[in-house]
Amino acid sequence: MNMLSYKASSDSHGQESSYFLGWQEYEKNPYHQLQNPNGIVQMGLAENQLSFDLLESWLENNPDSVGFKRNGESVFRELALFQDYHGLPAFKNALVEFMAEIRRNKVKLDPNKLVLTAGSTSANETLMFCLAERGDAFLLPTPYYPGFDRDLKWRTEVEIVPIHCSSSNGFRITMPALEKAHQRALKLDLKVKGILITNPSNPLGISMTRNELNLLISFAMAKHIHIVSDEIFSGTVFDCPNYISIAEVLMDRQLANSEISRCIHIVYSLSKDLGLSGFRVGMIYSNNETVVSAATKMSSFGLVSSQTQYLLSNMLSDKKFTGKYLKENQKRLKKRKQMLVSGLQNAGIRCLKSNAGLFCWVDMRHLLSTQTFEAEKELWKKILGEVGLNISPGSSCHCSEPGWFRMCFANMSEETLTVAMERIKDFAQSVTSTRNRKITMYHQMICDQRSLINKWVSKLSSHDRESDR
Amino acid sequence: MRLLSRKATCNAHGQDSSYFLGWQEYEKNPYHEIKNPTGIIQMGLAENQLSFDLLESWLANNPDAAGFKKDGESIFRELALFQDYHGLPDFKNALVDFMAEIRENRVTFDQNKIVLTAGATSANETLMFCLAESGEAFLLPTPYYPGFDRDLKWRTGVEIVPIQCTSSNDFQITAPALEEAYLEAQKRNLRVKGVLVTNPSNPLGTTMSRSELNLLVNFITAKGIHLISDEIYSGTVFSSPGFVSIMEVLKDRKCENTEVWKRVHIVYSLSKDLGLPGFRVGAIYSNDELVASAATKMSSFGLVSSQTQYLLSALLSDSKFTKNYISENQRRLKQRQNFLVKGLKKAGIICLKSNAGLFCWVNMKHLLGSNTFEAEMELWKKIVYDVKLNISPGSSCHCTEPGWFRVCFANMSEETLNLAMARLKSFVDSMTMTSSHQMLKNSRKRSLTKWVFRLSFHDREPEER
Repeated sequence: MNMLSYKASSDSHGQESSYFLGWQEYEKNPYHQLQNPNGIVQMGLAENQLSFDLLESWLENNPDSVGFKRNGESVFRELALFQDYHGLPAFKNALVEFMAEIRRNKVKLDPNKLVLTAGSTSANETLMFCLAERGDAFLLPTPYYPGFDRDLKWRTEVEIVPIHCSSSNGFRITMPALEKAHQRALKLDLKVKGILITNPSNPLGISMTRNELNLLISFAMAKHIHIVSDEIFSGTVFDCPNYISIAEVLMDRQLANSEISRCIHIVYSLSKDLGLSGFRVGMIYSNNETVVSAATKMSSFGLVSSQTQYLLSNMLSDKKFTGKYLKENQKRLKKRKQMLVSGLQNAGIRCLKSNAGLFCWVDMRHLLSTQTFEAEKELWKKILGEVGLNISPGSSCHCSEPGWFRMCFANMSEETLTVAMERIKDFAQSVTSTRNRKITMYHQMICDQRSLINKWVSKLSSHDRESDR
Repeated sequence: MRLLSRKATCNAHGQDSSYFLGWQEYEKNPYHEIKNPTGIIQMGLAENQLSFDLLESWLANNPDAAGFKKDGESIFRELALFQDYHGLPDFKNALVDFMAEIRENRVTFDQNKIVLTAGATSANETLMFCLAESGEAFLLPTPYYPGFDRDLKWRTGVEIVPIQCTSSNDFQITAPALEEAYLEAQKRNLRVKGVLVTNPSNPLGTTMSRSELNLLVNFITAKGIHLISDEIYSGTVFSSPGFVSIMEVLKDRKCENTEVWKRVHIVYSLSKDLGLPGFRVGAIYSNDELVASAATKMSSFGLVSSQTQYLLSALLSDSKFTKNYISENQRRLKQRQNFLVKGLKKAGIICLKSNAGLFCWVNMKHLLGSNTFEAEMELWKKIVYDVKLNISPGSSCHCTEPGWFRVCFANMSEETLNLAMARLKSFVDSMTMTSSHQMLKNSRKRSLTKWVFRLSFHDREPEER
């Protein structure tokens, strides 16, 4: 008898993908300015390390939040015992206000519709359990975050059917692409339960247009399906256009209390905006009471530590701090992104014009030997092994076109990014010069062959003439 | 088309059971010494509130642990970014040492075999996902923790088949009971993947005997199945016999590195021993690398906050503290359990002799109107609504015999426990009075009948003479 479950013994956790393999290589040989200057620079991890000083200074000025104290009195016992899956009320209040602030207060959110989970990894899986049966499908625009293959499918046994987006229109979602994906699912005999989008997009780094969001809502209404909008990067929008959440579009279309509003669910987390991925703070926001109720009970399997809830409820209730933080954080992200973009430009490499996220979507098609995914793999291996940069190949994000890569810029110091840019410049130049050399050599070879033939031909004819004398 | 999944709309989360409903009643009308002295006293929550002062004093002396500092230096960044599902190494080391200490170092654990999860709730569900397919079954001895109906079954689709235990032998597991459960599963066409026991037991408050543990090892060896030992209460063993972990039995039987050794998995948590359910710290310990590996990846869905991992790694690494804590905590639990047992005795109520846990398994069969679960529900409702004590009825724990209740003792002050005992005594006294009043009424009726009969006889007598 099979001792372990299929889930435990198969590969359906998706962790054999290159996304995770590159990570492993980095772990074996990590770059360090002094201790290992030839090591691999990690550019595959979408972390936000740019604004910790702001958080640390807040902590210094607010020691009670870590010391389990409120107004000088100890709240240790209450917190130690607090395992209510409804979450710490003060924390949920602070969170919905923080989320509204990120959306420029164009929306007002209700803390009773918020469910706390141990990270958005847990939130996304929980939503799948709530919205779909085993064997049902969700449509996801490509390229998408590789982790979804595990988070949405593994234990839930829900399927993902891709909505193919292409560079021809900047990877925007189109109605034909939606229809095609839906058709594809039907052909595969899969019942489509919804669409899951990441807005702003990972790995593209762009926020969705009002047009795209309207399209999605219309499509969802027509097909009677859900929309899950993973807005984990909403606080990282550093450039125009301004961020538009699906919640805002619903409101603008006067759909706030409609049937469709009960089919739209937002996922959020503090892992990217605040850079606190270790604290495991995620959440689901839904207008659907049944979903909120079921998800709340399911959150028992991944509650947020009360110690962490307390600390962050204090931090996020400090409106002076949050306003300052969001602004400064976005400013730093913008600057850092521009550094990456310039560095790549110097190397003759372009990226998708982006206004959000912790990464750029980089176009290296011109560096491919052939426009194939095999060539992309080759290039990725070279960049990992020879150039010493761990970047994420587009294929790991299910991109339909080879040659695109995601490169992170917010998880390292400026100096390290500079080193990375130099390395990529050298590499790109060497590829170009190798290619030029090859072309030159080829031409030279052709010329040599031609002149050989000429010589031989002329020798032949001269030989004939010699015997005539 | 169904808009939501069956899981979201059905009752399989089990939260309509009385266990949770009693909780809800309490929430509506909670006892407070000053603000609400006639409110419901919560005796249905197995929390350990007896030793917080020890934790608080440690915290006061070690502010760095909560302050994100190590040797005076800030490690905030490292912790903020630490989401490695392999867990904080220092924490895992401290945790396995703590677990060994609880077992008086008769067994030791390897930190590479431990997987951290957001509470034992997450650990148990994760093990189900790793060991069983949807539709397969695990055998559980009754009575068992009501939460298992949700934790083990809800999202996994795994079934629970009970191993019926009875009061005839103090609810211990027997070989016939195991076989019967296995057969029952087969009858229901369910493939049995393993047995899950809670040791020490919730709700019984007893540690499993060495012979029970040996029985289990024999059983799982014979059937080729897994054994999960939820040892969440292992640190609450306050009197003899001491705690014998399944790992100790395996060691004594020289089962290390055998097939069966790889099929035994332990679940642990800091929610009961340290009284920290809010911090969500659970763990799976497995000798099977594949299980540990799969469970590690699955723990992504419920990692322990790095802030909490760091705090507790400092706390548990302080062996002077842990040694003192373990023994003092057990001493207080013992004292408190004694208090409850005596109080119940005064009310003419006995409980199962226990040596662990945060509750007693109380025998109220003699207070039932009839020996049925309906009568148990009646009694429970009276106790919740009239006596104002939220206790857990045995039926919610799937007990096969009506009349048993789980009563918690470690989640309130001594004064509150005193009051609870007084209320219970009044209730029992009034019931006894009512029933003796009833008996008196009955005997009066009988006397009247006799008198009437005598009268009529008397009437007749002169004729006869």
